Amino acid sequence: MMLRDECLKILARHHTGEIVVAVYQAAFEWRAIKPDSLIYLGVGAMGQASSHALGLALGRPDKRVIVLDGDGSLLMNLGSLVTIAEVAPRNLIHFVCENDTYEVNGGHPIPGAGRISFAGFARAAGYRSVHEFGDLNAFSQRIGAVLKEEGPVFVVLKVVPGELYPQDFSAVHSAELRRAFREALAKS
Amino acid sequence: MPGSAEDTIVGADIVAAIKASGIAHVVALPDIVTSDCVLWPIARDPSLCLVRVCKEDEGVSICAGLDYTGVRSLLLMQHTGFLDSINAIRAIAVEYELGLCMIVGLQGMEPDREPPQSDKYGVRIVEPLLDVMNIDHDRLTVRGDEARIAPAFERAHALRRPFVFLVTRTPR
Repeated sequence: MMLRDECLKILARHHTGEIVVAVYQAAFEWRAIKPDSLIYLGVGAMGQASSHALGLALGRPDKRVIVLDGDGSLLMNLGSLVTIAEVAPRNLIHFVCENDTYEVNGGHPIPGAGRISFAGFARAAGYRSVHEFGDLNAFSQRIGAVLKEEGPVFVVLKVVPGELYPQDFSAVHSAELRRAFREALAKS
Repeated sequence: MPGSAEDTIVGADIVAAIKASGIAHVVALPDIVTSDCVLWPIARDPSLCLVRVCKEDEGVSICAGLDYTGVRSLLLMQHTGFLDSINAIRAIAVEYELGLCMIVGLQGMEPDREPPQSDKYGVRIVEPLLDVMNIDHDRLTVRGDEARIAPAFERAHALRRPFVFLVTRTPR
């Protein structure tokens, strides 16, 4: 298992202007670790991050789009794996932070915790490449190459919570941040 | 009362109006009302990009992502899918202020009635739900109704408010 914020810090070192679509705890942590105007927060919960990312990837094929999804979130929108694989955007990289819990909603276990395979779901759906990391050193060594792969790419991060970051829900629902994202994307 | 069967709206005219709205991406799940004369022509039209989704709330979010890139899109679905997607529409389109353009087929709607007079509970509740959600809406029933599509969608984008056209009769 890896500490999620340590994973995100490594990812941040390889981040070179990609759009980042992030949900819940990963969103809070990414905003703290890599403050950037191209972070898309308005996903509206219920597992919709990957679908927003698909829209962004289709609309801006010149930009790479990174999704920082949660395992509980993705379970609410598993069909999006099939939709994404069907559309096959070359510029979409879909990370799932697998911690086996609904962390932000009280730490309850997700259905199938420890028994289901998100990598298996993505492979079966037809993602172009699928990776799974549970070791920080391996992740650190390989993530640079993974980020350069042709999408859709799926990356499972087996994580546990690391350092505590403030849960800034006002940012997630902020009209000002959505406007800033729109403007930053138009300029990029 | 709706017009006669001969006056029924034409699918090709709906598709032309969609394209005249500057929409190049259509996100859809098959709807039996619009399947033959709207969705199949869209699927065969090389000037339109059709994204087939597994569930309608995915479509709300895909259209949202496209909108942030400046690309106009349409979500085409059956009213059952609309009902299933209410939370996504509530959050992403209404609360997050998105000009989401939707065309929704009223599956099971009796062709000689108005939606509030339908025997189908699922059909009767659609317009009241849209009113409660403060979502602007209109009907596509007879020829000529398609002329309202482009202005309504233009206004939706300008105001960043969702808009729904309800197809109340299977287009010709």
